Amino acid sequence: MKRVVITGAGTINALGRTVPETLAAMREGRCGIGPLDIRDADRLAIRIGGQVRGFDPEEVFNRQQIALYDRYTQFTLIAAEEAIRQSGLTFEGEMAARSGVVLGTSGGGLTTQDENYRAVYEEGKNRVHPFIVPKLMNNAACSHVSMQYNIKGPSFTVASACASSNHAMGQAFWFVRSGIAPVMVTGGSESMLCFGGIKAWEGLRVMSKDGCRPFSATRNGMVQGEGAGIFVFEEYEHARARGAEILAEVAGFAMSSDAADIVMPSKQGAARAIAGALADARIDRRAVGYINAHGTGTTANDKTECAAVADVFGTHADDLMLSSTKSMHGHLIGGTGAVELLACIMALRDGIIAPTIGYEEPDPECALDVVPNEAREAKVGVALSNAFAFGGLNAVLALKAV
Amino acid sequence: MDVKDKVIAIIAEQAVLEPSDVKMDMTLEDLGIDSLGLVESIFAIEEAFDISVPFNANDPGASDFDISSVERIVAGVEALVADQKT
Repeated sequence: MKRVVITGAGTINALGRTVPETLAAMREGRCGIGPLDIRDADRLAIRIGGQVRGFDPEEVFNRQQIALYDRYTQFTLIAAEEAIRQSGLTFEGEMAARSGVVLGTSGGGLTTQDENYRAVYEEGKNRVHPFIVPKLMNNAACSHVSMQYNIKGPSFTVASACASSNHAMGQAFWFVRSGIAPVMVTGGSESMLCFGGIKAWEGLRVMSKDGCRPFSATRNGMVQGEGAGIFVFEEYEHARARGAEILAEVAGFAMSSDAADIVMPSKQGAARAIAGALADARIDRRAVGYINAHGTGTTANDKTECAAVADVFGTHADDLMLSSTKSMHGHLIGGTGAVELLACIMALRDGIIAPTIGYEEPDPECALDVVPNEAREAKVGVALSNAFAFGGLNAVLALKAV
Repeated sequence: MDVKDKVIAIIAEQAVLEPSDVKMDMTLEDLGIDSLGLVESIFAIEEAFDISVPFNANDPGASDFDISSVERIVAGVEALVADQKT
């Protein structure tokens, strides 16, 4: 089995347009959640989100590209550019033929669907732009990364709601670990902050109207975000041979399915995925210093997640730190695990633990060290990233300092 | 059909019972309605009466809308109809 390392990272989200901007915001405990600036927001009951503000695609892409790139694809390409530039890789010959792109998204080109349903139903138009299908399809972002960088090996999109990007990164990890691919570009993207996207979530009545406060007794629901996180996963010897800077090692991955309920999370399902990732990485649970929580800010997730962590770690649960950066960037649904992996890398590389902001009052059902409100310095050797999706699909990654 | 009968019909449908089997002192638990069933019932109530019901599934207890029994739900809907239809 090959060792797998991360040699590039890129992002765009409510906290920043790059990885350094995002990590600076996480260190400062800055909140990227605010009033939604979208069409027909006055008809929404939920009017806040972690929106990428002041973003003008015309500054980055030309008109032909914009005709083909939904907002989620635009986010993907911006983050991929940063990640691949950092890695220093160019994809050519045999290496390009064997390398791939596996990305996660839940809604894909939802904004494009929203706009065009509006055109035909609300505005009564009988004709839409010829590129609507290639723009809205949820493998569009993956294909554009592949085309732009000449990456010709195994490439596809993974959709498992809120666990999509963790599932995607898990596949990428396996491709590199097994020796199938020397390099995989992976992560995820989401752009669901459009009228139809928010309206659908409103229906579930699990959204907060005033903020995301994970693990706090005063929490009252989740807040959606948008953006992308993209990484370059590379075989360790391949990275070393070319003198690449290594950000962290991907040491293990596990998935589980609750097989129980379409929306309610299960402690057992979550615990099996966490314990599975540690077993896969051959890491003693006492070595884990930080967990980036799924931490959505709903009553059900946060207490179930804390119970699962307590079950897996026993007394060590009191010694590790667990924070939810969704409190700052919102819940990026299919892209969330990718942006959250940045907090794990920051913990391992910089020794800085991103906080759970908005924390007001302890909840006895979430009695762990959730790094409330302020970032903390700590030396961490192993970090986990949790993702537990609607439908009971769980995916946990284990990262190690190199 | 008055408000009470309409609410009971909605709850009965969700619980897969005859409306005559739904008693006013019953709780959602008695009726076998889980959190998903509750959210669906509230949606059906909003659609039937064209009202907006203040309810957050994260903390049903903290919402202004009392769901502790069929009687309380009916009373809540009657109040909302009176408020929002004037």
